[in-house]
Amino acid sequence: MFFRQSLAVAMKDLRSELRTKESLNSAFAFSAVILVLFSFVVDVSDSEILYSMSGGVLWMTFLFSGALILNRSFAREQQNDCLDALLASPLSGSALWFGKTLANFTMLLAVQAFSLPLFGALYNLTWTRSPGWLLAVALLGAWGVSVVGTMFSALTVNLRLRELMLPTLIYPMLIPLLMGAIRLTTVLISGEPIAGDDWVWLRLLIGFDIIFTSLALLLVEVVLLG
Amino acid sequence: MTGAAVQVDGVWKYFGDYPAVREISFHIDPGTCLALVGRNGAGKTTLLRMIAGLSQPSQGDVRLLGKSVRDSEARARIGLLGHGIGVYEELSAFENLRHFANLFGLAQPAAAADQWLERVNLAQVRDSPVREFSRGMRQRLAVARAFIHDPGVLLLDEPFTSLDDRAIALLQSLLAGALSRGATVIMSTHQLREAMELATHTALLVRGKLGFFGPRPLEMLEDSGWLYRHYGEA
Repeated sequence: MFFRQSLAVAMKDLRSELRTKESLNSAFAFSAVILVLFSFVVDVSDSEILYSMSGGVLWMTFLFSGALILNRSFAREQQNDCLDALLASPLSGSALWFGKTLANFTMLLAVQAFSLPLFGALYNLTWTRSPGWLLAVALLGAWGVSVVGTMFSALTVNLRLRELMLPTLIYPMLIPLLMGAIRLTTVLISGEPIAGDDWVWLRLLIGFDIIFTSLALLLVEVVLLG
Repeated sequence: MTGAAVQVDGVWKYFGDYPAVREISFHIDPGTCLALVGRNGAGKTTLLRMIAGLSQPSQGDVRLLGKSVRDSEARARIGLLGHGIGVYEELSAFENLRHFANLFGLAQPAAAADQWLERVNLAQVRDSPVREFSRGMRQRLAVARAFIHDPGVLLLDEPFTSLDDRAIALLQSLLAGALSRGATVIMSTHQLREAMELATHTALLVRGKLGFFGPRPLEMLEDSGWLYRHYGEA
């Protein structure tokens, strides 16, 4: 029942988003703007500097544009008091949160799939040297951002300044995840193998995802109902 | 009291220091239709939200069909029609109903959605997005959403407000049908004429307290203001 309900919520969110494209269009446009602006900051002719900054540029882009998706997650339920209809149903808070996290994760992956080739083209970099590992880091990072972002989307849904509050609250919490994702992405785009201390960063990404997923599943009912 | 459909036990609700609901206790049996009446700000919606499990009481306890209101088995029996229609504008009527049928674990969600679209006369706009619907059509869809899983406890907040005649007739007939099958209905309302046609019991809230609770006074059929004059504030 948990997975059936979660899937129903995820499909509903994705279907709604594909109809309106409110979050995705703005996230795509914003990520393109960020990548263009960063290209003015760095010297695009110096490939060594470019490779060393690649992870940072990409994850800042994912994070800033991802906030636009995460902000809409629970706000979507405010229209017509849909959240009340959901909470009065047998849908548990954890199934609701998990379904929304799945939908946000899918949309964040879409932003990554849009941004990576654009990044390669704008900065004239080859980013496909370790596609398998890069995909793994992208998946782990996007899941962590979705988990924390969806939880805080539930927490801030009734705040007047939620568009500001959500990033203010989630960015500090995501610092460990970002440090790992940035480091590993930089290594992989530079064409180096994951070795030595980098394995610690990979384990950190996995640990972060497990810990925050478990915490969110335990706490979301309290967040939604007080 | 385990046979009670709804049991409200010493419930208080504070917003800050202000007690919006003060020590309310009552229980109603299956098949009862309780009209929750009172002036604006008397605490009707707050009480109804606690009964629906949307808000936690500051003190006291609410049980539905013998279970805690946050128990998923209890919530599977709730049909809620609140202030908002509780449907998604960008989805079609069919997609909305199928979504809620899925959440309630119905065996055939698509068939249930189609059946209810027929019952509320929306089958001809089955695949149109709700944002294109008139107000009356939205309200009928909301009614179908609340009834799709054959709820045992119906919680309705001002259900007749701004309904057109067709929707009022539809809702009254659905409520009468549900009551005849042993469902329990609690509705907060200002529209006493429509409510009194169905109500078996009445509760009057006065500044968050229960001013009156009992079988609907016969006098209210003739004079809807009777309760306020005898048990309300001067």
